[in-house]
Amino acid sequence: MEKFTKVTGVAAPMPLINIDTDMIIPKLFLKTIKRSGLGKNLFDEMRFNVDGSEIPDFILNQPAYRNSQIIVAGDNFGCGSSREHAPWALLDFGIRVVISTSFADIFFNNCFKNGILPIILPQEDVDKLMDDAGRGANAVVTVDLESQVITGPDGGKIEFTVDAFKKHCLMNGLDDIGLTMQKSDAIDAFEKQYRAATPWV
Amino acid sequence: MTAKTLYDKIWDAHLITEDADGTSLLYIDRHLVHEVTSPQAFEGLRTAGRKVHAPDKTIAVPDHNVPTTLDRVDGVVKDEQSRIQLDALDKNAKDFGLHYYPVNDVRQGVVHIIGPEQGWTLPGMTIVCGDSHTATHGAFGSLAHGIGTSEVEHVLATQTLIQNKSKNMKVEITGKLSPGVTAKDITMTVIGLTGTAGGTGYVIEYCGEAIRDLSMEGRMTVCNMAIEGGARAGLIAPDEKTFAYVKGRPQAPKGEMWDMAMDAWKSLFTDEDAHFDKVLTIKGEDIAPAVTWGTSPEDVLPITGIVPSPEDFEGGKVDAVKRSLKYMGLTPGMKLTDIQIDTVFIGSCTNGRIEDFRAVANIVKGKKIKEGMRAIVVPGSGLVRAQAEEEGVAQILIDAGFEWRLAGCSMCLAMNPDKLEPGERCAATTNRNFEGRQGRGGRTHLVSPVMAAAAALTGHLTDVRDL
Repeated sequence: MEKFTKVTGVAAPMPLINIDTDMIIPKLFLKTIKRSGLGKNLFDEMRFNVDGSEIPDFILNQPAYRNSQIIVAGDNFGCGSSREHAPWALLDFGIRVVISTSFADIFFNNCFKNGILPIILPQEDVDKLMDDAGRGANAVVTVDLESQVITGPDGGKIEFTVDAFKKHCLMNGLDDIGLTMQKSDAIDAFEKQYRAATPWV
Repeated sequence: MTAKTLYDKIWDAHLITEDADGTSLLYIDRHLVHEVTSPQAFEGLRTAGRKVHAPDKTIAVPDHNVPTTLDRVDGVVKDEQSRIQLDALDKNAKDFGLHYYPVNDVRQGVVHIIGPEQGWTLPGMTIVCGDSHTATHGAFGSLAHGIGTSEVEHVLATQTLIQNKSKNMKVEITGKLSPGVTAKDITMTVIGLTGTAGGTGYVIEYCGEAIRDLSMEGRMTVCNMAIEGGARAGLIAPDEKTFAYVKGRPQAPKGEMWDMAMDAWKSLFTDEDAHFDKVLTIKGEDIAPAVTWGTSPEDVLPITGIVPSPEDFEGGKVDAVKRSLKYMGLTPGMKLTDIQIDTVFIGSCTNGRIEDFRAVANIVKGKKIKEGMRAIVVPGSGLVRAQAEEEGVAQILIDAGFEWRLAGCSMCLAMNPDKLEPGERCAATTNRNFEGRQGRGGRTHLVSPVMAAAAALTGHLTDVRDL
């Protein structure tokens, strides 16, 4: 997994609430057996017409936002399916941070497994950043994971919280499986007593 | 001893380690695998030279991509990408020695239908799958939820999952349901009240007389949509109905093992003084046949209602409703029963079980669906299909004008050839009415099976109680 320490980039405003996983990556792109290459289909039905031409109004099609690395989103971003294709598509496009008042549970967890930082902030902070993000190419925001601070275009700072374990994994690009395997003695011991207590499982 | 909820009990019984910050390692009893969210996980295992830790607890079945038309028995999947994914699952299941129900096995079906049907799903278990509707299995008093592909790989490699414990929420449905009101209406009504983020951070336990009165099929429908309310999982404490459903299933414990299991399962209930962080109580009699009008599962109204106006809402929902109404082609103030339907889809992990088809047959027996209506019934498994045929239910549906298909996810998410064309409007017994969910530009109204049957007969959304 790509490490995440600090990201400075243009923040794109997507104030719509309940942006779901079907919007982020429609199902016809889930037939891949790879993790890569989904960025070109990110937000496909919002971003492209049926004939494949761009919908000019869509935020990530606008010149200032084509290389956005940060999305400031409405409530409950990522609701719906467990498809990890959603964070894969975001990452492949270049998005490293999503900021909202709330995220759907599975999507939130999936982000951390892919080097994307989802940040939950109070409504007033999201409103401020949404406003900042509306400034086009000047909407440059810095997200520093180590200090847990977002710096807006005016230099204003917003602190955020993040789970300590998830932060550690993101900052070091750690593979969860390797970490869990270090606990194999504990897993083996658990399995032994568990099998004895619940032999029907 | 501290009073515990059912969720607390299952959590504690599976907890391997817990760090100071609450990061926990949970043991997983059953891992269900389908073709769409697993290929990258198996590829990861191969790259790292890892094995599947517990192949005997891992069950694979293709469901999302499979065609449901009868020509499927020829074994040819025309869509190349779908075929590649199905072939990948086939190879992975065989290479890693998993329990496997291939496409042409009569036991094949939607992963959340066949888990319980085969007896893999048992009370008190932890069950995961790379699919958000894994919540379905909570109907048996098991902690079941969807995971991403990285987590699929983690469970394959270690049979554990890194988790933080959720909070406890109780949803109580008191009293009796009125005639024409079903499990689907309960679960949709709850989401209408909580919103799609109302359950975020929680595991919901459904309880109360109306829940107790439901069959296991109905309980699965209720838990299935816990995720649409944002909850990690939905749970219902097991009782005699649960045990009777499980007993005798191919993978259920037998003989002495059954007796041991029963002793353990009888402790699977929430202690009297256990703490819930959030409680919602609804009177069963207040629930009406429900329908969605918008593009979020929270856009729920009783069928007697009218299409709302954006001004009826606040905050970010105002713009979301404007967008929804435009997408759905609806005007505020319109009666829901005036919405014309051209397609009916009955099936999915929400409503693809025998009881659902019996209920539909009961409504349409001796009648014909509206002329020009495309009405498709997709059983949740090959065994459900066989049972419906044996009971005569399938023939009633065919005689009424429904297409009777093979098992799969089908038009619930339109990954196979079954989909809506732009502007088509469908009454669906599925779980999501998102934009494009059933096909780009397609419009979905979520309803119960009997409501879908009613719409198939009349050609518009219809209050099944008026038939």
